[in-house]
Formats: sequence, C-alpha cells, structure tokens
Amino acid sequence: MAGDTTSGKKSIKPFKNSMPVQDPVQRAKNFKEVALGYEEEAVVDEARRCIQCKNKPCLQGCPVEIDIPAFIKMAAERDFAGAIKSIKEKNSLPAVCGRVCPQENQCEKYCTLAKKHQPVAIGRIERYVADWELSREVLIQEVEPPTGKKVAVIGSGPAGLTCAADLAKQGHSVTVFEALHVAGGVLMYGIPEFRLPKGVVQAEVNNLKKIGVKFQLNCVVGKFATVDELMEDWGFDAVFIGTGAGLPHFMKIPGENACGVYSANEFLTRTNLMKAYLFPEYDTPIRVGRKVAVLGGGNVAMDSARTALRLGAEESWIVYRRTEKEMPARREEVEHAMEEGVKFAFLTFPTKILHDEDYWVKGMECLRCELGEKDASGRRSPVPIVGSEYIMEVDTVVVAIGQGPNPLVPRTTKGLECGRKGNIIACSETGATSKAGVFAGGDVVTGAATVILAMGAGRTAAKSIHKYLSENAPERNI
Amino acid sequence: MFKIIKKEVLAPMIKLLEIKAPLVAGKAAAGQFVIIRTHELGERVPLTIADFDREKGIITCVFQEVGKTTRELGTMIPGDCITDFVGPLGLPSHIEKFGRVVCVGGGIGVAPVYPIARALKDAGNDVTGIVGARTKSFIFWEDKMRSACSELRVTTDDGTYARKGFVTDLLREVIEEKGDIALCLAIGPLPMMQAVCALTREYKLKTIVSLNSIMVDGTGMCGSCRVTVGGETKFACVDGPEFDGHEVDFAEMSRRSVIYKPQEKLSIERYDEAGARRPGCGCGGEK
Repeated sequence: MAGDTTSGKKSIKPFKNSMPVQDPVQRAKNFKEVALGYEEEAVVDEARRCIQCKNKPCLQGCPVEIDIPAFIKMAAERDFAGAIKSIKEKNSLPAVCGRVCPQENQCEKYCTLAKKHQPVAIGRIERYVADWELSREVLIQEVEPPTGKKVAVIGSGPAGLTCAADLAKQGHSVTVFEALHVAGGVLMYGIPEFRLPKGVVQAEVNNLKKIGVKFQLNCVVGKFATVDELMEDWGFDAVFIGTGAGLPHFMKIPGENACGVYSANEFLTRTNLMKAYLFPEYDTPIRVGRKVAVLGGGNVAMDSARTALRLGAEESWIVYRRTEKEMPARREEVEHAMEEGVKFAFLTFPTKILHDEDYWVKGMECLRCELGEKDASGRRSPVPIVGSEYIMEVDTVVVAIGQGPNPLVPRTTKGLECGRKGNIIACSETGATSKAGVFAGGDVVTGAATVILAMGAGRTAAKSIHKYLSENAPERNI
Repeated sequence: MFKIIKKEVLAPMIKLLEIKAPLVAGKAAAGQFVIIRTHELGERVPLTIADFDREKGIITCVFQEVGKTTRELGTMIPGDCITDFVGPLGLPSHIEKFGRVVCVGGGIGVAPVYPIARALKDAGNDVTGIVGARTKSFIFWEDKMRSACSELRVTTDDGTYARKGFVTDLLREVIEEKGDIALCLAIGPLPMMQAVCALTREYKLKTIVSLNSIMVDGTGMCGSCRVTVGGETKFACVDGPEFDGHEVDFAEMSRRSVIYKPQEKLSIERYDEAGARRPGCGCGGEK
C-alpha cells in the first residue's frame, strides 16, 4: 500500500486513495453516513502522497489558514495526536470540515500534485485525524487565563461556533445564544445525517463546552433580549452575530402554498433536526409522496432530493432551469445523488403548481428553457421557450432555490447597517459592523455560502473582537 | 428545562399550565406565543400565551388536548419539566386607544383573547367581550374576562348556559346596538373566525384574527406556517400570528391545518396503545 520510498526519489501515485462508501442502492434507503472514512493504512498512504513542497500553495485555499503540510506530515508519521493538535490551532470543527468543505475549490485546488495528478485528499486526511481524536477524546486544548471580558455570540452555526472557540481559547467568557433546542445551526437542521452525522456535530460542540463556552439554547435574540440589551443590561462587552441565512425563498408562482409544497428548510429541518425519518418513534411527521420534485441546483437541493429517496419516495427529481454544468452544487454531491438514483430535469422552469380539490399537489406546469446570454453570476441564463409548457406529475415539491439572511436580529438592533437584501454590512477584513462592539460574519453577511467560509468569517471576527476587547472594553470584575 | 408551577383543568380536555420561564415572561406581551417540546423525541408545538407574570417569571398556557403532544402535555403535573420552551415569538398585538372595541373568544380562544382584551382596556378602550362555547362545561375564565372587559356577553351553542346561540349572533347584536365600533378581535376555531369575518365584512368593521398554524421552528425559518393574506404569502410565526381577518384566505388555511391528519391519528393510536404516560424529564422537580 505505502508509496515507494526505497529509491531516492519518491514516485507519486497519481490518484487519491479512494474513499470507502456505502453501496448506493443500500444507502439510498438509510440515513447512515455515505462516506465511511479512511482506514489507518489508507490515511498514512494518502498523507505520504504529499510532497511537502516549500511554497505550500494549498494554504491560500484555506479560509481558516490551517498549516496543511504540517498536519499531513504528522499523519504520514502516524502522529495523529500531533496532527489534530496542529489543525485545532486554526480550526475548531475539523470533523465537520473534513466532511463538508468543498476542498476541490479550496486547498486541494492549489495542491502542487493537482498540476499533473489528483491532489492530495486533504479533506479526507483531516476527517480521519478529527475522527481519531473524537473517538478518543485525548486532546486537551489550552486556554489562556480569564480576561474578565464577556462576549455574546448569536447563533451556533459554523460562524458562531468558530468565533466562540477562538475567543474562549483567548480567555474570554463566551456565551452562545441559540434559537433552536440544540446547538449547531445549519449543521444540525440543514445538512443531512448521511452527509454529516449529528453525533459528530455534538461532539464538536462538547469540545467547545470543555474549553468553557456556554450555550443558552431556546433563546431567540431579538425576542427575549435585543443586541442592545445584551450589551447594556446583560453586560456583554462585544457581540458577534452569526445568525445565518435561514429565511427560505419561494418561487412566487401560483399554487406554492398547496399541501405538499415544502421549503427545503422545512423539509430538511423536519428530517434532520426533528428526526421525522424516525416517525412515529419521534413525534414530528413529514409527508413525502411517490414522486418528488426538488427545485434548485445547489447543495441544499441535492440534500433534499437524496433525503426524499431515503424517506421512501419512488422518484426524486432535481428540477433545474440551467444545465448540469451550471449547477452550483459540489460535484461529489451531484455524483452521489446520481448514483443513488436521483433524476435530473435540466432546462426546466416551473411556472405553476397544480393541486387537487383537497389542495394537495398533483403536478407542476413547467416550461422548457434554452441557455442565453451570460448573467451577472457569469453563468448563461435560462430563457424559457415559448409554447413549451408541459405538466410534470409530482405529488411533493421542495423549493430549494436559496435562503436569505434571517431578519430578526437586523430588524431589532439599533444602528446596525444592512444591505438591500437584508444582509448585515460588515467589513470583510475585520467583521466589524456599523455598530461599535458588534461584529458579524457568515451567511448573514454574505448570503448563503459554505460552512468553511462562515467559519473563516467567524475566525476573522474573533481576531477583531479580541483586539477590540483589549483596546476598548472597560475592565470588569470577574 | 422549564418547570410547571401550577396546573388547572378548565374544561373537558382544556388545561392550564403555569410555567417558570423568566426570560420569556420578561418580554412577553399580549398576542404572542411560545413553542414547546415536551421531551427529547417530541415535536415543536406553538401555544398562545394566555397570561404572563413578569415579576414571578411565569407564563400561562391554556391548551386543548387535540393531538398526541397536547395529550401528553395534559398528563404533566406541577414539578414536571418541559424540555424546551422558547419565546416570546410572533408580533405582539397592536394596542392603542381605538375607542370602542369588541373581543370575541370562541372555545379555547378565550384564553389568548383575555390578555389582549385586558391590554386594550388598560389603553383606555371601551371593551365589549363576547365569549362562546359549545356547551356549558366548555365555558371558562368568565370572571377573568369580565374583569378585562367593560362588558361581557356569554353564549353557548346548545343554550345550556347563558344565551343560546353563536358568538356571531351576539356580535351582530353588539354591532347593531353600539354602532360605532372601531375594531373587532376574534380568536377561536377557524370556522368561527371565518364566520366572524363574514359578519364584520358586512359592517366594514376591521377584524383581527390570530392564526395558530402548523409550525416547526417558529422563527421564520421553515415556512410551514405560511398563509395567504391579501393575496400575499405571510409567515404566521414572524409576520403574525395576528392578521386582518378580512384579508386571510381561510379556505387555504383550513386545508393546510390538516396536512398531517393521518400521521396525527397514527401517533395518537400508538400513544393510546402504549398507555398514556407523563413525559418524564427525570429531574424530579429540580429548581
């Protein structure tokens, strides 16, 4: 298995060690994790593919600045404790990132090997060492002595968790306020179990608790207290807003409120957070019909379509108005969906949802499209073909065309500048908002993006908050 | 964990719980709601706030046992803890001095109407209350309503108590008698609210209703509670729960409210087979 190191010059294996996965036919019927993870020999072999090049181009692709070659070298030497320690200096959620980061557009994109071969499977190695640590709980993170400064983090998704972890390590007292009954945000309600086991997320959350981060669940900021009150009455010296993009967009087409039409958020929240796939053992129901249409072409759409199959749908369709090439979903997710039997209707534009006399979905009127000129996103925009109307027979529709920033905190915070789409305006270099002591990052600033970008923003804001607290906030008795 | 302080049985299947939740009570206002989850495997269910005590940190919820979760909640007793309790959610009622107002509570709807009527009266309005129920045993909080209103009229569908008739019969009389009513507030079962709106539309009397849609998160994330109001889709959880009743698409609302009827039936059957039981949090009445 191991790379040939006998000769002076190491020969490079052109391909990544393949990731063991559950059989597609089997997995399309269960919620267990699809990718099973490397075995030790595979991870060591993969780590040895890294040539430890001097200029480390991979680093520029990592929003949280992990010293990638350093941890890979330790993994190659089977020093997994050292590897995870190195990762955790920069990344508080490695078991999550190892699974859901789009490495092909980040670290692995810049890997020197990628010029001639497949890049080093950085994400898979990260996942291995993170899981290695979670199953052993050996790592004790070092925390600076208490500073006496209090920080409120609003939202416990990837941005909030990262910001909280970084600040806690620096000795600040951090309280995370979460609206739902569990911490993790989109990692819990959005990303399905089969892609990111909820046990892994909770293990990462527990690691944060170990370094002193406090979690206040069932607390909706803007309702039980405003940001201003957190600062004035609750004694928080700084606030980080990482409330994400939780507001579902709908198509605004006739029939969209019919029974059997879900937002992807609702479809996934019922399934993931509320465990509707275990109904009636769990109390939350979900209804998936025989033929499901998921509108959209992003990761959330793939997650919804694959979830529909697992909930027992006979057919699950992705309905997307452009072609396969323009889909924003990760390639790996699209491939997994195809393997599992998700069907794709490209160049298809739904115009109306039809329902029966009981108001249940019975079909969808669609137009066929062709690709026209490039739009602002640089993708060729779909142009409906006149007279191409046809009826697609479906009994469930999941709308997965994106989410906007959750308006609750922006609306209730005095002096917080927001953009046209309701996003909070924050400096990309520092996370600072228009309001002193208030920082923001992640999807609530950028609009729906990726877990790792949100984490990067959380980390950036943590640095600024630390600086702000050192320079501005008054001393306080601990 | 949120401890139950007090329990009352108000009517058959209608129960009251006082729950210790200082953060919710601190900000609660008339018209808002909470979301509860009774145990770790439970669903998230919205309950309207029927009363609150900011100083004692207590929220009063009144609910009717209609599904598995409310049945389960009905078995809980003081000292028991509700796993999750979040709020206050939704927009508070718009309270100002309108002049003469009518507050109509049908069945369980009397509970959420009560704090709104009280707030309207405190704001200087002349509040006529109308309370109606199917039969005598379902009338509750008559005294509380009487104190929250300038005048209270009561009716039962079958005439076993007070006047025989529907709340709409009394409402028509009140409108005819008083003439200059500025606002009507009606909360109760969907058909009742719909009937009230049909009546007040005749008189061009602005009518506010409170919608208890199916919800999951209750914070605007899922859209399960969407309702068409004035031709536009609104989320009852964040844009409501109160809306202009003359603009609400009640037909859509009532169809959406029974989406999970087969699953609810299954849940109840399963619950009955296993024998009704209290969802234990195991804290034994921990403080």
